[in-house]
Amino acid sequence: MSMVGILQDKDRIFTNLYGFHDWGLEGAKTRGCWNGTRDMLDQGGPWIIDQMKNSGLRGRGGAGFPTGLKWSFMPKEVRSDRPHYLVVNADESEPGTCKDREIMRHDPHLLIEGCLIASFAMQAHACYIYLRGEYVLERERMEAAVKQAYEARLIGKNNVHGWDFDVYIHHGAGAYICGEETALLESLEGKKGQPRLKPPFPAGAGLYGCPTTVNNVESIAVAGTILRRGAEWFAGFGRPNNTGTKLMSLAGHVNRPCVVEEAMSIPLRQLIEDHGGGVRGGWSNLKAIIPGGASCPVITREQAETVLMDFDSMREMRSSLGTAGAIVMDESTDIVKAIARISYFFKHESCGQCTPCREGTGWMWRVLERMAVGNAEPSEIDLLLDVAGQVEGHTICALGDAAAWPVQGLIRHFRHEIEDRINEYRSRKGSFQGHAVAAE
Amino acid sequence: MPIAKVNGQEVEFEPGMTVLQVAERAGEEIPRFCYHERLSIAGNCRMCLVEVKPGPPKPQASCALPAAEGQEIFTNTPMVEKARKGVMEFLLINHPLDCPICDQGGECDLQDQAMGYGRDNSRYGENKRAVEEKHMGPTIKTFMTRCIQCTRCVRFITEVAGTPQIGMVSRGEGAEITTYLESAVDSELSGNVNDLCPVGALTHRPWQFHYRPWELKKTETIDVMDALGSNIRADNRGSEVMRVLPRVNEGINEEWLSDRSRYAVDGLTQRRLDKPWVRDSRGKLKPATWDEALAAVADRLKVAKPEKIGVIAGDLQDAESMFATLELFRALGSSHTDCRQDGAALGGSDRAGWLFNSGLQGIEQADAVLLVGTNPRTEAPLLNARLRKIWLANKARIGVVGPAADLTYEYEHFGTGADTLAKPPKGLTDFFKGAERPAIIVGAGAISGKDGAAVLNAVGALAKKVGAVKDGWNGFNVLHHAAGRVAGLDMGFVPGEGGLSAIDMVKKGKLDVLFLLGADEIDASATGAFKVYLGSHGDRGAHGADVILPGAAYTEKSGLYVNTEGRVQMTERVVFPKGEAKEDWAIIRALSERVGQTLGYDTLAALRAKLMATHPTFGRIGYLAPAQTFDVAALGAKGDLGKGAFAPALSDPYLTNPIARASATMAELSAQRGGARLMAAE
Repeated sequence: MSMVGILQDKDRIFTNLYGFHDWGLEGAKTRGCWNGTRDMLDQGGPWIIDQMKNSGLRGRGGAGFPTGLKWSFMPKEVRSDRPHYLVVNADESEPGTCKDREIMRHDPHLLIEGCLIASFAMQAHACYIYLRGEYVLERERMEAAVKQAYEARLIGKNNVHGWDFDVYIHHGAGAYICGEETALLESLEGKKGQPRLKPPFPAGAGLYGCPTTVNNVESIAVAGTILRRGAEWFAGFGRPNNTGTKLMSLAGHVNRPCVVEEAMSIPLRQLIEDHGGGVRGGWSNLKAIIPGGASCPVITREQAETVLMDFDSMREMRSSLGTAGAIVMDESTDIVKAIARISYFFKHESCGQCTPCREGTGWMWRVLERMAVGNAEPSEIDLLLDVAGQVEGHTICALGDAAAWPVQGLIRHFRHEIEDRINEYRSRKGSFQGHAVAAE
Repeated sequence: MPIAKVNGQEVEFEPGMTVLQVAERAGEEIPRFCYHERLSIAGNCRMCLVEVKPGPPKPQASCALPAAEGQEIFTNTPMVEKARKGVMEFLLINHPLDCPICDQGGECDLQDQAMGYGRDNSRYGENKRAVEEKHMGPTIKTFMTRCIQCTRCVRFITEVAGTPQIGMVSRGEGAEITTYLESAVDSELSGNVNDLCPVGALTHRPWQFHYRPWELKKTETIDVMDALGSNIRADNRGSEVMRVLPRVNEGINEEWLSDRSRYAVDGLTQRRLDKPWVRDSRGKLKPATWDEALAAVADRLKVAKPEKIGVIAGDLQDAESMFATLELFRALGSSHTDCRQDGAALGGSDRAGWLFNSGLQGIEQADAVLLVGTNPRTEAPLLNARLRKIWLANKARIGVVGPAADLTYEYEHFGTGADTLAKPPKGLTDFFKGAERPAIIVGAGAISGKDGAAVLNAVGALAKKVGAVKDGWNGFNVLHHAAGRVAGLDMGFVPGEGGLSAIDMVKKGKLDVLFLLGADEIDASATGAFKVYLGSHGDRGAHGADVILPGAAYTEKSGLYVNTEGRVQMTERVVFPKGEAKEDWAIIRALSERVGQTLGYDTLAALRAKLMATHPTFGRIGYLAPAQTFDVAALGAKGDLGKGAFAPALSDPYLTNPIARASATMAELSAQRGGARLMAAE
């Protein structure tokens, strides 16, 4: 296959992303995994954290918080009654995102190695990997890989790396909210998955009240290779503040939906043309793109021409890189209906704990469902925007924001479509009956 | 102390305070629904949002955010205004517009705050959510459509009451507050969730649709359903006490109230004695005038020999009437006077010998608490809540000598009866090891039996041995369950020289005239004496009486009560006594004149003055004496300790006194919880 994109094969971290090779320990070792891990640990925790900081790695779960910085928030001293924990967030539930799945299926040892390195750097002896409920195959694969690692004494008590370390795989029950780090901790503790108030942050009081760091699968899985090849190598990709390589995925109306590892800051258009085989029906047939999972506001074709796949560029477009799981929609898409469906998802997944999200998500969804058929007042568009603004930033966790953003993006870019829909609906009905007053 | 700025005004605060508390210090009222000072912080209603600098550019939940030095807090910016109005709108979109038929109407947090932050119309055009009602037992009426999911009830039941039966199921819009498997809540503190509910989702079932809050006259008074003397507010409409709510008293009930104290008030209108009765020659009770009734009693008292008359005071009796009665019977030459219907081996010692010396609030300082023959969950539910509190905070370990019971916290169980004290197992001797402030709580169950004095002596010896009584700490605690008992002991309402105890007085042929001053908990059917009953309810005491003198219940008179820790408190008259009934002291005063021993006071004030002059402890109302040491080992008397388990002090925790036994709600609670609990224990 001819070279496409920016990243060359020699610089790929996930060299078995498509499962063409052996996922097991032997195969992973031939690809460099577990190579020199002991030497890295011998450099000491502060060195590892420094390297991670220098690499510029930003959290791959969506928020983009610098990983090295997060690790450095853990207390330097371990109190005997408060052990440290590493928790890996493998509750990959964001619609449009399927990158962690590929890691766990095909490169599980990269993740386990990363867990060991990260745990060592944060002086944790135990790591929990919280898997999404629907990831059954991935759980089996991870369990098998962990077993291999134990048998090879790469992890466990008295392992070859000289750092007692246990990995536990925990299978969730399939709730989106459990991907929120504090809800994940609650769920891990056996409680109902509801986000906690912050502060205190997990680094102060996390799992069982002990210092905990919660990281995305990809953030942890790249740690080994970053340390092996050097922070400068990793930092050499992408623009400043948006460095490294990243798993990106394309879904929807592209000719070849895929998950691919690419350099950060690759132009979105190049990503689609090179890896996705172009938009179905050509670039001019593109309508909108949700760039990083369902919670990111849509961007238009005009924006997609110039936007780069990184945190800052997306932010300039008033959207977000999220997990870099882009959903491409061509002109055949009913964008209002699409956002209404996304809205339903957030309404369905709201935990119900705090008021704005519990009440607001349902309200937005109901209005959008009516707008999708045109059965609404033009003034309700502003009402909807207002309601989204009342949810955003007022909730305990980010699910409220995540529910509000797609709605705001829709109105920002496709207000005319909603208005047309309403006008068409009214003309079809012949006469306008007046807005039904449901409250009475 | 660190300083923060609230709307530009500098405020000092103590480290650990939240932004909400700091703002309140500055006089800014922060609206809230889920936040409650005595519960854990949930932060889920989002009504208390404020703007904080430095901080993220979005409003913060002030109830959960720790205040910091140099922080700037804004409570009136457009951002805050928008946030609060937004949250209020969300709370209201699915809240029914049924305020006119809602029991919470008029004292509803949502109603009040909607006045400040609500819109004048609704922008929500969709259908409102409806939620099925739940059955939560005889005390809690649910109307779950009104629920705003603040989870105060969940947190109270889980944290304070210790019976985690209420919870939230489902998620998102479908989230509902419900009980575990839809079973009834069986906490003895369940009524408090109705108080806590900021809306009308949980209301008081016994009082539903009985009143509107603005119709009621509110009187602050004292509860007598247990010996804690919880501070209450009794609300009446006309001559009827409609409801009882707790008042805040950190030293006693914090701001909670037990179900018995709260819901027994419907007993105040049932089975009342509203006129005097005299048994005629054919053995039938006939209504009589006061003149006839008092004459009938006086005639008997005058002819009977002094050593053949006696008086037993009841559990709910106020100090004034007991004092007047005591004076009258001493004047008549009788030494048969007793206020201990259960035969508890208390009295006659140092006052500290019958008090809860550490104090109800002080018990929170203890680091090891041994319960001897007491089940505080039934005898004093709010004390039990405090014990649970220190247990939860890991401040104290708790041990029990007595029948095992679910006390809502874990404890070490050393044995069931007095033989455990005679030969303490190793666990018990080690229990207090290392404890700096050990406490022993001894209940009526331990010291009421035949071996009561010996048990008391053994407990006193143990207290001395483990250092429960020392300089600055007195951890020897007697837990009473009768509201009038400590007052009686304080004034010496115990047998005089050669006098009979209550239990001996009711034996056959001991007395010719037996006067029952509100005494209903003792079986006087065996005595052949002429029985006079003075009291408020047609209960056990009145059943066999030859003359019935109708008295006033605790809400119908101003009276002094001394709680188990020795704190004197005064009740206020909420309503007048029923029918021809009179205040108890006045009846005694009238009787004294007829027997020719006129007591020297014509008014309640004069009676009180005499009481306080004779027993100065009564003069300090609301005062709790600091801990002092005494010879705890000298209590009781050496003797053989019996075998077998201590008897429970209360056979049914909901039917403990005449008022409770007349209450339909208490009967229902007893049927639901009392019976079930007994079965479960066996």
